[in-house]
Amino acid sequence: MVCFSPEYSPNMPDMKILVIEDDLEAAAYLVKAFNEAGIVTDHASDGDLGYYLATENNYDVMVIDRMLPKRDGLSIVSELREKSIDTPVLILSALGQVDDRVTGLRAGGDDYLPKPYSFSELLARVEVLGRRKGMRDNDTVYRVGDLELDRLAHEVHRAGQKINLQPREFRLLEYLMKHAGQVVTRTMLLENVWDYHFDPQTNVIDVHISRLRSKIEKGFDKALLRTVRGAGYMLKADG
Amino acid sequence: MSRFSALLRTTAVRMSALYLGLFAICAVALVFYVTDLTSNLLTLQTKQVVQDELKVLGNFYRRGGVSLLIGHIDRRSREPGANLYTIAAPNGEILAGNVQSLQPGVLDIEGWTDRPFSYRRFYQPEGTPGHAALAEVIFLPNGMRVLVGRDLGEPTKFRSMVQRSLAMALGIMVFGALVIWFFIGRGALQRIDRVSQASQKIMAGDLSQRLPVSGSRDEFDRLSEALNAMLSRIEKLNEGLRQVSDNIAHDLKTPLTRLRNRAEAALAGKPDPDTYRSAMEEMIEESDQLIRTFNALLMISRVEAGAAVAELKPVDLTQIAHDAEELYEPVAEEAGVRLKTRIEDGVTVTGNRELIGQALTNLIDNAIKYCIDGKGPPEIELRLGREDGAVVLSVLDNGPGIPEDMRDDVVKRFVRLDESRTKPGTGLGLSLVEAIMGLHGGRLELVNCDESEQCGLCARMVFDRRS
Repeated sequence: MVCFSPEYSPNMPDMKILVIEDDLEAAAYLVKAFNEAGIVTDHASDGDLGYYLATENNYDVMVIDRMLPKRDGLSIVSELREKSIDTPVLILSALGQVDDRVTGLRAGGDDYLPKPYSFSELLARVEVLGRRKGMRDNDTVYRVGDLELDRLAHEVHRAGQKINLQPREFRLLEYLMKHAGQVVTRTMLLENVWDYHFDPQTNVIDVHISRLRSKIEKGFDKALLRTVRGAGYMLKADG
Repeated sequence: MSRFSALLRTTAVRMSALYLGLFAICAVALVFYVTDLTSNLLTLQTKQVVQDELKVLGNFYRRGGVSLLIGHIDRRSREPGANLYTIAAPNGEILAGNVQSLQPGVLDIEGWTDRPFSYRRFYQPEGTPGHAALAEVIFLPNGMRVLVGRDLGEPTKFRSMVQRSLAMALGIMVFGALVIWFFIGRGALQRIDRVSQASQKIMAGDLSQRLPVSGSRDEFDRLSEALNAMLSRIEKLNEGLRQVSDNIAHDLKTPLTRLRNRAEAALAGKPDPDTYRSAMEEMIEESDQLIRTFNALLMISRVEAGAAVAELKPVDLTQIAHDAEELYEPVAEEAGVRLKTRIEDGVTVTGNRELIGQALTNLIDNAIKYCIDGKGPPEIELRLGREDGAVVLSVLDNGPGIPEDMRDDVVKRFVRLDESRTKPGTGLGLSLVEAIMGLHGGRLELVNCDESEQCGLCARMVFDRRS
């Protein structure tokens, strides 16, 4: 029923999120799917209740629908930010155009996902916002297994062997390593590595990934970069 | 009745009522002034006549005393159109003249009567009102009184005549104004009624209706023509919208039907988890394609509505071109297509990076998709340069190209040439590029590559100097 891949289960017992969504059917589906993914999920069906829960509890991530009864999603976000509540917020919206996303992010949202979305996309983004895995922002060297990426020297080594990457391949690997152990979707890569927020017709990302994969995996016995079916990619040392 | 009140509310009627009122006031004032002046003049004339007459009478009196005076007065009294003459004894008894009786007290004061007095003539029938007259009274040394006056009948008649004609003129004016109001106002109302009838039909949905134009080139015509031009534009837009909704109906319903069929087929087949799984995966794939189509449609309408105009700022076109090259180079390589570039440095335009990037990737996508069908080894070229002040970002391919007569069609929404139906895509790519170029004040040109090169399509995004 839940359309994210069974090959991957995020297993993060301590993550707690709030979903503010007025469509009860969609909300029930989200709560069930997040729970199955091991994420404790609270749900609010209107803006007032959502704002109350957001101020009273400590969530890791909030998923807020943009159009809500009683109080709209963007005003909740900007009010939370005024109160210095910095919980990462993902805004869901039926409006998905470039300018709408800009207004959503300006209001204080951390990510913006247009409807209709796939749950695997939403889950991947919530996980990344929750920042329970992967590297920290101020790490200068990212390490996954025997793979090492030096952010200052712009150098990549695997098992002590230097790997030459194009600048964009470097950024791609950097993003994947930063979120190692988490699923990263194609749109997330396009947004964060190329800064494009549209969906190219052909799957350009797949080609870049396979090129990167051949560079970091050819000649080594262990695979690091795996494809998560129906969702995206994940960089992980073993298992 | 309501028609009449509607008539009264028309501007023409209101303005003419105002003018009529002002004119009437002026006319009345003028007539009063004229009659007053005339009657003063007549009075003056009367006095002159009376004084002349008194001079003559004075001569008679000096020459022959009272008897000659009475004789003369008697004679003068009988002449037709004579003045009024009275000679009275000191006790007021009338001795001679053509007056039967006078208003009492007239003979008691010497000099001009300060106001008209009434008198009766001889042979005047009983019960009729007296005549009015002005007169001068002279006291003779023996105490007898002589009155010479003039009937005021003529000036009064004149005045009443003037007043009557004034009233008549005003009456005619009011009547004329009413008639003119009626025709002018009704004419205007009828035209407005025709216009509102036409607009009601238009509101009811018949956009082919036009407002009536009489051909007189007056203000109504000019207004109607402007509104008709607007209607034509709306009709055209509406036609476009209708076409799009037809296309949506077709291009969204077809995949929806496929989706439904898949689900039905899976349900009807044997209840096997693997079959279900693969059916569902196919369905998700299908719905993703639907969502893509839908997003592209929304994007086009948003861009066409100019909603993103606020976000236009100077962008580095050179950088966009290099980004696209870098993004597509592995894709081209994997597809066995050679990607060449000729990108000029430091080219900037005012625009939206995201939208231009999307337009360019659409063109590259197309080029990679179609150049494979060409004769030679597949090859595309990305070019950025300046031409006559305009900036041109173009994607050339050596595929089969687009026949000249089809080029206008391919930018229409959902139009896909028959040969391309088998390739993936929404049929919206070029429409989006065109909409994006429109937003940037530029255009999309589809031309054939030069003869010297392998013939194919050259899609040019032309940014005019001002953009």
